[in-house]
Amino acid sequence: MSTRIATGGRLLNKSNAVSFSFNGKQLRGYEGDTLASALLANDQMLVGRSFKYHRPRGIVAAGPEEPNALMNLGRGGRFEPNQRATTTELFDGLDATSQNHWPSLEFDMGAINKHLSRFLPAGFYYKMFIHPRPFWKHVYEPIIRHSAGLGKAPKEQDADSYEHFHAFCDVLIIGGGVAGLEAARTAARAGAKVILLEQTAHWGGRAAVDGGAVEEASVTSHIDGLVSELSAMENVQMRTRVMGAGVYDHGYVLGYEHLTDHAPGAQGPRHRLWRIRAGHIITATGAIERPLSFAGNDIPGVMLAAAVRDYLVNFGVSVGDRTVVVTNNDDAYRTAIAVTEAGLNVPAILDARVLPEDSTLMARAKELGIRVLMGHAVSSVTGGKRVTAVNVCSQAGEGAVLETIDCDAVAMSGGWSPVVHLWSHCGGKLVWDARLATFRPDVNHPPIGADGHGFVTAAGAAAGFFSLDDILHDAHAAADGVVTTLGFKLPVDVVSPNAERQEETPLAPVWMMPHGANVKLREKTWLDYQNDVKVSDVRLAAQEGFVSVEHTKRYTTLGMATDQGKLSNINGLATLAGALDADIPTVGTTTFRPPYHPISMGAIGGEARGDVFQPLRRTPMHDWHAANGAEWEPVGHWRRPYSYNRPGETTHDAVMREVTNTRTNMGLLDASTLGKIIVKGPDAGKFLDMLYTNMMSSLKPGKCRYGLMCSENGFLIDDGVVARIDDDTFLCHTTTGGADRIHQHMEEWLQTEWWDWQVYVANVTEQYAQIAVVGPNARKCLEKLGGMDVSKDALGFMEWVDGELGGFKCRIYRISFSGELSYEIAVDAGVGQAFWDALMVAGNDLGVMPYGTECLHILRAEKGFIMIGDETDGTVIPQDLGLNWAISKKKEDYLGKRAQQRSHMVDPTRWKLVGLETTDGSTLPDGAYAVGEGVNENDQSNMIGRVTSTYHSPTLGKGIAMGLVLNGPDRMGEVLEFPGTDGKIYHAKIVDPVFYDKEGEKQNV
Amino acid sequence: MSEPISALQGATYTQGIAEITALDPIGMISLRGDLTASYLKKPVKKITGVAMPEVRGINLDAGKGVAWMSPDELLLIGPYADVATNLETLHKAIGSNHALAVNVSDARAVFRVSGVHTREVLAKLAPVDTSRDAFAPGTIRRTRLAQVPAAFWMIDDDTAELVCFRSVAQYVFDLLKTAAQPGSEVNYHRG
Repeated sequence: MSTRIATGGRLLNKSNAVSFSFNGKQLRGYEGDTLASALLANDQMLVGRSFKYHRPRGIVAAGPEEPNALMNLGRGGRFEPNQRATTTELFDGLDATSQNHWPSLEFDMGAINKHLSRFLPAGFYYKMFIHPRPFWKHVYEPIIRHSAGLGKAPKEQDADSYEHFHAFCDVLIIGGGVAGLEAARTAARAGAKVILLEQTAHWGGRAAVDGGAVEEASVTSHIDGLVSELSAMENVQMRTRVMGAGVYDHGYVLGYEHLTDHAPGAQGPRHRLWRIRAGHIITATGAIERPLSFAGNDIPGVMLAAAVRDYLVNFGVSVGDRTVVVTNNDDAYRTAIAVTEAGLNVPAILDARVLPEDSTLMARAKELGIRVLMGHAVSSVTGGKRVTAVNVCSQAGEGAVLETIDCDAVAMSGGWSPVVHLWSHCGGKLVWDARLATFRPDVNHPPIGADGHGFVTAAGAAAGFFSLDDILHDAHAAADGVVTTLGFKLPVDVVSPNAERQEETPLAPVWMMPHGANVKLREKTWLDYQNDVKVSDVRLAAQEGFVSVEHTKRYTTLGMATDQGKLSNINGLATLAGALDADIPTVGTTTFRPPYHPISMGAIGGEARGDVFQPLRRTPMHDWHAANGAEWEPVGHWRRPYSYNRPGETTHDAVMREVTNTRTNMGLLDASTLGKIIVKGPDAGKFLDMLYTNMMSSLKPGKCRYGLMCSENGFLIDDGVVARIDDDTFLCHTTTGGADRIHQHMEEWLQTEWWDWQVYVANVTEQYAQIAVVGPNARKCLEKLGGMDVSKDALGFMEWVDGELGGFKCRIYRISFSGELSYEIAVDAGVGQAFWDALMVAGNDLGVMPYGTECLHILRAEKGFIMIGDETDGTVIPQDLGLNWAISKKKEDYLGKRAQQRSHMVDPTRWKLVGLETTDGSTLPDGAYAVGEGVNENDQSNMIGRVTSTYHSPTLGKGIAMGLVLNGPDRMGEVLEFPGTDGKIYHAKIVDPVFYDKEGEKQNV
Repeated sequence: MSEPISALQGATYTQGIAEITALDPIGMISLRGDLTASYLKKPVKKITGVAMPEVRGINLDAGKGVAWMSPDELLLIGPYADVATNLETLHKAIGSNHALAVNVSDARAVFRVSGVHTREVLAKLAPVDTSRDAFAPGTIRRTRLAQVPAAFWMIDDDTAELVCFRSVAQYVFDLLKTAAQPGSEVNYHRG
């Protein structure tokens, strides 16, 4: 059994015991524990079930590479699935449940799959569920969905907050082990601005567990010295609990910080996403131990050798009373020695190598009385939910059992792989190191920055240096090289410390144990624990013709689980290489992509939630609208009143009232959101002639003109009224959604194509509150305010004038989007509300009412005015809308002119704008299509038109609509059929799109 | 005529790691043109009393000043009430030369962020190096704050002023409050 022992536990605060629960069971641990160490201390080796066969699974590792110990953590608003027990710090009240089991962890129905495993080989799903075709969607997929998946989706809104933080430095060092600390010291002493990130809560990485001496002192005191030296330096930022998640172009790095995960409910954000720009990045990310591939290597109690040591030294946890060590290298002997020195039993070390003479560590183990069996291997592990024994065989053979050793834990080591993920994210290449039997960063092919030089350097174990002395020297040299290229100079007295040399005999690559393992053993030999991929699956894939490692990965799902193959990757591709009879380097690796380890969605979103999920734009009169019954409509990021609903009134009734009132008395519209762009310069007229389809340069100061803007492909992108302010200056009104877009459009043409034209533009949209005063009583209202002449003679239709109304400095445009007598009045935004109030007071006995966007739409539709976004959808040209009158034939060129001459644009069968009127007065459904005769090649009815705008007009007492119809203008009076989604067929007659006051008498009074 | 009001009319937030204050309207003129031309340099000096700023610089003295916004754009800052006169001065000096000067005072909202954590509150929202050596008083950044455009500069080592568009004043105020929430100290920029 696994248990807490009396000694050890350097990371624990034993004076602070905490309680937590696992699957409802109350358990106890200490401050400083990880959830994994606390579970092991409580003999909870079984922590989950595998994905496919629902095999019992135990803790394998002690860090982020852990494939099995994934938990549902927390409850309610703090529930989160797929949390690794090995990286979760224990806190009082922690609430964890295991995943992927039914009905319980101890008894799982899905485990029946393991008996069917012969029938569930690689590619099983692809092979099995392809026929019959419809079954996938309706039968197979729902069942598989139910039985697959890791963890549950959270159901409540996240109770925590998150944030981003932008940081900048010369040298960013990822990894706070001995290499990272040494690199930081070197870079900082050279004067560079340094950020040092460590994913755990502790400095020093593995060194304290692995031991050794630096300059005559213990490695732990060396670490303490480095930490205190660095902490005192002004130019160094040291951060624990921040993982380097991804490396991107231009020295951009994401760091993922845990702020309150170990103290839920504490003030402040839970996670912080660091967005770092670094001059150079040093990855001191260490190495990950590889499992060995032998039968039963997934049985709970089989663990990485270094993890066994970690639990013992860091957390005072023994994973078993009798631990068999199986290895192909010297490092695992450290585990055997540590376990023995802790007073526990190591019945044997099975070393696959046959060494001519004992290595230093082997000799030390033998001195301690540990039995060392060279050339031996695990034939299989026996046990169900826990290891009970190891069957020993010769590594060279096929697995004939020579001996059975009873034990309750197996510590395995297949060698170490440098953590090359961050090096590789941005294109760093790898090289196969035959001596270490691993891929390591190829220093000649680093990720290349904008200057053509590498911007990432690996250091220490991450670069393939595994002895303490080598690690320190490499880290020092790496940092020295980096700061030199950045233009810093290392003081001559800053030299690399020397560590006591520990000679190690090289490992022997072992990809299958025993070497000649038969198929029965291979079928029980796991490569990917989480996704249940076995040696036999990879071999089958090779047999079926998969030669690319990327294809094999996807076919077998090797390395596709949430651990992204941190343990399985090298073993898997070595197995594939073996099956293909190819060299490992020619098979290559799969791609390493960020993030290194999963990061929370909350951290990615940062502050953007709740009130600040998205910017909401408010006009100066926003609060008034809200207080007066506004039913809001989102228009871009703005909120505009759709209608102003009175108490007890429906939205529809409010809209009808607003239309009728505006046509008979007067209405006020908040038009502040409409874009206002100043275009000024000697070439302003020429510029606008290019932007608009009609002529703007001929406009006289004091006058207004409606214009259309097209993209260079000829499609209508915006419209609005242009006012000429003086010879050199125009003010262009755009649509609400077009303000920023058209401003950018103008800048783009001015900066890229017409950079030599003398034109400046400025977006002054928000400088003004603009209010449309609309209706027969509009002039009376302005006259009541007084201060300027607004008569027809002084201010004619399509003219503008500056002046003062009721004490407000303003500019009045006599323009109309309603067909009524209408003034659009711009005042400074700061007095917008006061001016609105003044209009409401002045209009009080003239029947003034505010109106919203829906009323605006009906008013314009009654007049047959088009709306960008309704009548246009990015595929419509002005000619489709009968707007030929607004397209200059005199101009040599304008944006879109050439495109509009292309064959498809002049095709007479393009659908054209018409008015539509239902035969029974009802309102056509929006977006409905008119069906013609016959069917198309897909057996669908032929379409001959569609509705673009449709409303009930209270003015006319019937439904009115506009639409684009095949040969529409030539088919006046014809009745079309529009099937609705409600099952009804609507009949509508093609009519002129101007329904109201075709002569325009009302707006021109 | 009514007194102009700002979008948030002096809203403040004092419970967090930095103090946020919505300021009263200030005068702002956007000026585009050849920044080396004497017909721009002279009136700018006359109006603001300060020298032309360097690239990404801002020169301020007693509430008047000028900020570099782009290779052909300046932002003139001064009392709200002086804008009309100042525009007149500019237009006179510019004469028939090619330049554009417009009043943008009402198009903006202005905030002050103060306290020892000011720099990190800004760094949570803007992709800007706000460290003391990279962002000293006298420099300005025209950048973004989360999802909207903004510009800010340091008044002193621990106080920033910030402008954004008026329509998003509430969003920016809420953003700053979120970034300054209690317990969110980063303790990154050392004093």
